[in-house]
This record gives sequence, structure tokens and C-alpha cells, in this order.
Amino acid sequence: MRAIGIVLAGGNNHRMQALSQKRAICAMPVAGSYRSIDFTLSNMSNSHIQKVAVLTQYNSRSLNEHLNSSKWWDFGRKQGGLSVLTPTVTADNSNWYRGTADAIYQNLSFLKNSHEPYVIIASGDGIYKMDYNKVLEYHIDKKADITVVCRDMEPGTDIERFGTIRMDEEFRITEFEEKPLQAKSNTISCGIYVVRRRLLIEMIEKCAEEDRYDFVRDILIRYKDLKRIYGYKITDYWRNIASVEDYFKTNMDFLRPEVRDYFFRQYPDIYSKVEDLPPAKYNPGARVRNSLVSSGCIVNGVVENSVIFKKVYIGNNCVIKNSIILNDVYIGDNTYIENCIVESRDTIRANSSYVGEDGQIRIVVEKNERYTM
Amino acid sequence: MIKKEMIAMLLAGGQGSRLGVLTSKVAKPAVAFGGKYRIIDFPLSNCINSGVDTVGVLTQYQPLRLNTHIGIGIPWDLDRNIGGVTVLPPYEKSKNSEWYTGTANAIYQNIEYMETFNPEYILILSGDHIYKMDYEVMLDFHKANGAECTIAVMPVPWEEASRFGIMIADENRKITEFEEKPANPRSNLASMGIYIFNWKTLKEALIAMADQPALDFGKHIIPYCHEKGAPMYAYEFNGYWKDVGTLSSYWEANMELIDIVPEFNLYEEYWKIYTRSEIQPPQYFAENSITERCIIGEGSEIYGEVYNSVIGCGVIIGKGTVVRDSIIMNKTVIGDGCEINKAIIAEDVVIGSNVKLGVGEEAENDTAPHIYNHGLVTIGEKSVIPDGVSVGKNSVISGQTEAADYENNYLASGKTLIKAGEV
Repeated sequence: MRAIGIVLAGGNNHRMQALSQKRAICAMPVAGSYRSIDFTLSNMSNSHIQKVAVLTQYNSRSLNEHLNSSKWWDFGRKQGGLSVLTPTVTADNSNWYRGTADAIYQNLSFLKNSHEPYVIIASGDGIYKMDYNKVLEYHIDKKADITVVCRDMEPGTDIERFGTIRMDEEFRITEFEEKPLQAKSNTISCGIYVVRRRLLIEMIEKCAEEDRYDFVRDILIRYKDLKRIYGYKITDYWRNIASVEDYFKTNMDFLRPEVRDYFFRQYPDIYSKVEDLPPAKYNPGARVRNSLVSSGCIVNGVVENSVIFKKVYIGNNCVIKNSIILNDVYIGDNTYIENCIVESRDTIRANSSYVGEDGQIRIVVEKNERYTM
Repeated sequence: MIKKEMIAMLLAGGQGSRLGVLTSKVAKPAVAFGGKYRIIDFPLSNCINSGVDTVGVLTQYQPLRLNTHIGIGIPWDLDRNIGGVTVLPPYEKSKNSEWYTGTANAIYQNIEYMETFNPEYILILSGDHIYKMDYEVMLDFHKANGAECTIAVMPVPWEEASRFGIMIADENRKITEFEEKPANPRSNLASMGIYIFNWKTLKEALIAMADQPALDFGKHIIPYCHEKGAPMYAYEFNGYWKDVGTLSSYWEANMELIDIVPEFNLYEEYWKIYTRSEIQPPQYFAENSITERCIIGEGSEIYGEVYNSVIGCGVIIGKGTVVRDSIIMNKTVIGDGCEINKAIIAEDVVIGSNVKLGVGEEAENDTAPHIYNHGLVTIGEKSVIPDGVSVGKNSVISGQTEAADYENNYLASGKTLIKAGEV
């Protein structure tokens, strides 16, 4: 492969509300068995990128735990491999990452010590499958300085929270607006970029000199007319986890057969850390309908239109509807849960009821009482 | 110099012919068990959980699946700089090249491997039992008694004792006598085929007995050590231990996993069983599916009904299909409207729609009644069963069958249909 990878996994997002209280967005559990960063890391691995850096800062411990071994994504290599780069205090710097460009600047040696001519930069919260080689080929073909992966969003999408793009007929980007008040286009940036390594170093150093820290604002938008920046349009499934609503919808998407087929059955696979959990177990009284259940679960109750993550215990006579139950939750007998996201490691006492009213998603955060009871 | 206190030698070369078509293409230790596991996962996980980080796996019969499963030992944390897991097949020598002719002969041919680690003790295991055991506790027992050989035993019902190798021990658990499958057993302590030897004692015995044809632990090495007066002790084990050597015991052991609180509990945190997981996605249950009293592996999709069954990973069970009392292994696909009763279906099988398995009255199997019995239907791996056929009990099917292979779309109870598959 002619490229190295950088995964931007540092930010928080207040739209995730209580869900990002204890974890990085990129460590959010997705689709029952995965975490959001698994998709980008698997794409990197499946594209034969051998050297990948994950830049992380906010609640980085959660992500570090997930990335404690690189072998699950096949990055356990002598040549290259996976590095997790958190901010460090050095002789010249004692700042946190002040933005995406600053995060790269603070780890510029990673770029400088590599020899691959290109860099793939991807945010770690995207749920998608992609062969980055195809984007790279396009990039070379277009003689582009920077290529931005973009996608036309369906009507009704909250376009204003993305970066929007307008392109000419050659797909050269003519306009790029970050989180516009009023979007002029429904083409958005997926936060995946291809750029020549030397050019990136040059631009990042210039940025730092001028005390600019953001990759989108200070590089993409600022250099828009100066450099040849092209859009690479995708039509495949792509979502990012940026708000509670997105998160809920993305998980529920996996109840659709075509989405499951695309991610779970079509080659190549998405990989995740193996947790050695036993098969899921269904006791008398279990009724699971149109739902996903992960390994290590024990189900005694009714589950409908829901996504149940790993190692969840569902007691007798429980009813779980239209909800997401995250990892390692214990649900006591006779509990009713509807339109909720139940935070991981919660202990839900028997006979409780949690309902998200008026179609709103309710986030349930309870103490883990199992080890203290 | 490398020094490991105890290393394990895991005998995984046997065919396990009483599992019939299940082991026609794979060694018995590689046969799937309990939804996502393979039989060898149990001794391998016991090793790492007991702190034994050096394991030689002796393979011979159909080792491909076993080799790919073990790999470099990552799932069991047995990928080590020093030690770890090593697969040991028979190899050609400058003279006297031979296959592994017996359990002890296989160990004898790998004296050099064991010597590398300069061990004090050798743990001998077999790859065909389901149990959780802390070998370190057994080693402590071995040391405390000053034993040169310790044999793990478990009490079996007296009426079954004549099927086992029986140890007769004094009140200090010192073995005084032993009998191989005695007609009138004097003890009910059955050998589990798990031994700890002092390396010196074992090496001496292996070399002394090297010329014995089909050199076997139970028949030759143990008697030899006993005659030499080596102190031998019986380590009594009272946990769950299941030999899955026959189709009916294999079926029963699987079915025991679906009890509400199974005797053999896979859900305990402190003694995990590890396996290679190629399939990771969650399971999907469709609108009209029913699953009761069953365990199901990753990535399976259930559109029909499943009762009292053990389902592997990546299995698809079609609409309107009803599965009862069955074992379905990884990546098998079952069409719509089928009825599956008391069947053992191996990996990568494709079953069409409206197929009925396990119908009609029982009849003795026509080719191997000692293997195919208890009313089970057994389907070998990569088999294909066409739409609309019915299959009776105590029957066996293997290979890519077509409608023409069935008379009136029916295979009667007790019939054997084995078709050479395309390679």
C-alpha cells in the first residue's frame, strides 16, 4: 500500500448527551458486537494499509481499552502496525490537542518518519465500508492535492451539522462550508481525506505557525482555491455517530436485511476485539422478534425491534421494545423498557419501567449495583 | 536456559470413529461443540487458565481443520515468545519413520520437543473431553504426595465401571492396583486419561518401552511405572467431565448446555473457554421467530422456530422451519418450511425447503448400528439435501445429494446415504 492511515478519534460531541459521559465517541458500541472505530480500522486493514495512527484525547481510556491489542484488526505487525497517540507533554509543547490539525501537528514525526507517499485521514465515528485504494486511485487520476469523500444525503437529513460541499462538473470542490446555518447543497463531507504526505506536512506546519488548529476550517476551506481539492462521491451506506438520534437510527438500520447483508455477509468483514463470550442463551419465556442479540446474553423475556449488545441479562416477564441495551446490562424481572437507550453496565431493578415518551429516545443511566449488592 | 516447570502434551490425533460422519473429514478434537466451540477448546482453555503456557498438540488424523483452528494460539493467549502452542505431526526420520502408533508412542516421538523446555513435569491430556479443570491444583497434589505419576480419576456409577480403566487406591489415594475394563470392578474410580508425570520417570519409561508396538499409556506405560515401584497417586476430580466419544453422548452433552442453570456453565466469569471466532456479528431474529431453551452462536439468523437446540455461528434457519432437539453447526443453511427433529447437522450443510428430518418409526441403522442410534439423524459436513425430502431416524447422510438419490423423496429410518462429494 502506498498510504498510511490517520484516524481522528479525539473529539467529544455534546449531542451525544449522557452517552459520551464515560467514553469516546469512537468507542461507542454499534450494531450489537462492534464499536464505531472498528469500521474505520477494518477498512484500513482491508485496504492493506499497514501503518495506522489513532489520535485520541477525550475520554481516551475507553478507546485505549478497546485498542489494547492491535491483532484483532490484523495490525500486529513488525512493519507498521497500530499506534494510539494521545497528547503528551514535550520540551516544546504542553497543550492538549487544540483541534484536528493541531493533533496531527503534535504527531508530525509519525508523518515524517514514514516513507509512503500518501496519507488517508478518516474520522473514527463513521459506520461504512470502503476500499481506500479506490479513493487513492481517483486522487491520483484527478491529480488532486486533496480528495474529500462526500455523499449526497437523503432529504430530511439534518445537513446543517455536517460540512457541505459544492463541486463543479469536474468534481473539483468550489465551495465548502462547515456546519452552515443554511445549507446550499445536500452533498456533505464524510470526513475521509486523501492527501500527499509531503503536502500534508507542509500545510500542517504552516497552520501551526499561524496558530491555526482545525483541519477543515484552516486547511480545506482556506486552501480551497489555492489547491486542487476534489470530491469523491460515494453512494453506499454511510452514517456517522454524532447525536443520540443518529446513534439510535444507525443501530436500528442493522435490523434491515440489506444493511446486515452488506456489513455482515459481504466480503470483507468488519473486525472487532474478541471477548470470548459464550453463545447467547434463550430460556423458556424468551420471545425475540425483529431484533439483534449479541453473544453472552441470557434472555428470559420478550424483545421486540431492539438491539441487545453483549452480555445482557433479561429477566423473566420483561418486555423490551424499540430500544438499545448496551453491553453488560442486568435487567431484573418484570421490567418494561420502551424507546430507550440503556447505558452499559447498568443494573435495572426488577419491576421497573422506563419509557421514552412522545417518540423521544430516553437515555437510561443507572448504577451498577451488582458488585455492591 | 529455558525452564518450564510443567508443559502439556495434548493428544489430538485420533479419528474418533464412533462419531461417524462427523469425523470423516476432521479429527475428533476439531468437532464443533456447544454452539461456537470445538472440543479441543476445553483442554486448551484449561491449560492457559491453569497457568500452563506451553502445549504440544499431537496431530495425525485429518489435521487441516485442527491446524487452522489452533494457528499460532492467539485465541488462548498461547502465542508466546517462549513456549506457547506447537502443533506436532508425525515426521520422517533417518530411520524407523512411522506414524504415531499409540498414545505413548506419539509422546515418545517428541521427546526432543519436551526436552527443549527442560521441564520438571509433563501433563498428558487428550483432546476429546468436555470439562473445566485446574491442572495446577492437580500438580500441587502430585507434589504434596511426592508422586512420580498422578492419574486424574473420577467416581463413576458402579454399573458403568466396567467400561473404564479402574484405579484401586488406598486411603492416601496411592494407587495399589489398576484394571482395564474389569468385569467385576473393585473400585469405581475411572481414569480420565489425564496424567502428570515427573519428566525423568516418563522419559525413562518411554525409552525403555520404545520397542513395544502401539505403545499406549494405559496398557504399557502406567503398568511399567507401577512395576518399577514408582509412587503413583489418584487425583479425584468431582466436577463435570463428559466423554463425547459417541454420537449419543455428544448429543446429550450439547443438550445439557441449554438447561436453565446447566451443570456445565459456560457463563462463569473466572474460567472462560476460549475459541477462534471468525464470525462476530450479532444474531438476528425475525418477526415471527420463536427461540426457546436454546443457545445460539454469533451471526446466525433465525426466521423460524427453534426449541431445545444448540445452534452454531452463521447459521440461517428459514421461515416456517421448526427445529427441535437438534445440534446445528457453523454456517449451515436451512430453507423454509422444514421440520428438523433430533438431528446432528455438521458445518456448511445446505438443506432445501420443506425437508423433514427424523420422521417415522425407529429402525436399526443398516451399516453401523453401534454408531447411528438413539433415533438421531446425522448429516455430514458440506452435505446438500434437496427440497421436499423426508428422512427417517437412525439415518445418516453425507455428500451432495440430489432428489434422484431418494426414493419417492424419502429416506427410510436406519438408512445410510453416503455420496462421495465433489472435491
